[in-house]
Amino acid sequence: MPAYGRYLLKRLGQFALVIFIGVNITYLVTHATPIDPVEQTIAVVTNFGSTSPDAIADMRESLRELYGIGGDPVAQYFGYWRRVLAGDFGPSLSAFPTPVSTLVWRALPWTIGLLLVATLMSWVLGNVLGGLAGYFPRNRTLRVFGLVAMALHPIPYYIVAFVLLIIFGFLWPVLPITGGSGMNIRQDFSAEFILSVLKHSILPALSLVLASFGGWFVGMRALVSNIVTEDYVTYAELAGVKRRRILGAYIMRNAMAPQLTGLAMSLGAIFNGAIITEQVFGYPGIGTLLVEAVHKGDYSLVLGVTTVSIVAVATAVLIIDLLHPLIDPRVRPVEASEARA
Amino acid sequence: MLAILRDLLRTNREFTVGLLLTGVVVAVAVASLFAPYPPLDVYVVPPDMPPGEGFLLGTTSRGQDVFWQLAEATRNTLLFGVAVAAISRVIALTVGLLSGYLGGIVDRVLMSINDTFIVVPLFPILVLFYFVMRDSMSWVMLALVMASLGWAYDARLIRSVAMSLKTREFTQQAVFSGMGTRQIVTQEHLPYVLPIIFSTTLNNLNWSIGLEVTLSVLGFTDVNTPTIGGMVYWANQHTALVAGIWWWIAAPVVLVAMLFIGLFLLASSMNEYIDPRSRLGRIGADG
Repeated sequence: MPAYGRYLLKRLGQFALVIFIGVNITYLVTHATPIDPVEQTIAVVTNFGSTSPDAIADMRESLRELYGIGGDPVAQYFGYWRRVLAGDFGPSLSAFPTPVSTLVWRALPWTIGLLLVATLMSWVLGNVLGGLAGYFPRNRTLRVFGLVAMALHPIPYYIVAFVLLIIFGFLWPVLPITGGSGMNIRQDFSAEFILSVLKHSILPALSLVLASFGGWFVGMRALVSNIVTEDYVTYAELAGVKRRRILGAYIMRNAMAPQLTGLAMSLGAIFNGAIITEQVFGYPGIGTLLVEAVHKGDYSLVLGVTTVSIVAVATAVLIIDLLHPLIDPRVRPVEASEARA
Repeated sequence: MLAILRDLLRTNREFTVGLLLTGVVVAVAVASLFAPYPPLDVYVVPPDMPPGEGFLLGTTSRGQDVFWQLAEATRNTLLFGVAVAAISRVIALTVGLLSGYLGGIVDRVLMSINDTFIVVPLFPILVLFYFVMRDSMSWVMLALVMASLGWAYDARLIRSVAMSLKTREFTQQAVFSGMGTRQIVTQEHLPYVLPIIFSTTLNNLNWSIGLEVTLSVLGFTDVNTPTIGGMVYWANQHTALVAGIWWWIAAPVVLVAMLFIGLFLLASSMNEYIDPRSRLGRIGADG
């Protein structure tokens, strides 16, 4: 299949480019700014007590080596890439001597699980309801959904999460508002642990679903209400094709392709939202790790989390893009990317 | 222009509501010019007073009037959003128009870069930026960084319009009459994309203000410049919710929600007005 081959190559190229540009941005931010992370780290460490000047000089030397900021810029740049590709960000300073990669690997499953469930739920729910609302514009229940979606769509994740926290944390405290599972439960595959994880994930997942549902709903409704006026839909109606079949196989299927591209394109934004939501609910994922690392002044951990986030999002986008041919059998990359714009 | 406004007000309820909500927020921001004392002063009024007479929205635990604090914060936040939107518009227009008009290899290269900026998760990068800059991170700096990261989505939209403009006859005529790329893009194509620019500006305002609020709620900006997110940050620092000073948090949250919904309604009703197909649909549905 030559069309699929070309599509695949193009997507892989895009995947590489996202990582390349993302890593370059992080390099620029950390190396081209006038602030020296080594001096900052030393300031953090020496805050806890007096340290002899010799020890500080030694520390400065080893920190420079650790962060790869010594020698000429070209060597620094390639050294940075080598470390990124090897996934080696050195030891975390706040949890010394645990390596950054261990901390990130520990947090990653929580974030991926939460994101996967919440994104799938809001995408499916928003698209199905939005599609129905576009096809039956006069249905009262669907119009109410439309209003809710319109009101929720522009509100950022943080505000939604915060409002849920106030409602279920203070006004009607029925759900756990912090943590990923119960404190006193061993983390293994027991029913008790899984149940506790599910219960703790309700509020963060709900706030992610609420915050992103509106966008899918509004987008899908607009797409469907445009497709309904197409000639082939009128033809199918005149030919007596069942309405369910028209909606499912004729309209939704066509509207699905740009929505899938939309999912790939907005994944970065959804990931941002998840990070913030995690922080609000103290969920033990990447977001909480990042914010804690900033507060503790842990340079290598912040850098590690940022880089891993970029790679993870790029990978997820690649996976979605590879699913695209399943929905759109034409796999003409030009059209697929144009549809949303 | 005024006729369009009147039409929109008469036929489009979303536009009216959006204008009203945004208007209230702008009014609050303008009110900051009449503040009776500098916004950073503390203990100028009795702390922890509930909303009521004397203090419209209550006072904070830092002895500041919530209303005047909010007015100052709204003004700064709005200015920030406008600055980001203005700078990123210039980038989006340049990339979008050039990419759409020139096509070919230029288009492919620019759009690859463009798609990358859409996909890359910006929040960790902004946090990293704050982390490195710390106290040297100013309001202007953040606006510049966010503008240089937040143009991609709109550039794609502008490009798709420019691509269709390229095939129109007047473009060919312009080429035959000897106009250069720069002239065609700025004199012939730019006027056509201005209405779209307007609605994308509103969306971009929402985006940048949302990110700024999030960053400053976490304390990852210059917390000494009063902004809406900064207000929530200080309220959290004083554990306002636990202490029962709910008005300190409720006021900024409600105001920012009003701003988001207002701008969004304005943008979407403008979009609808620009797109004749949905305008026809509305007339059909309403009449």
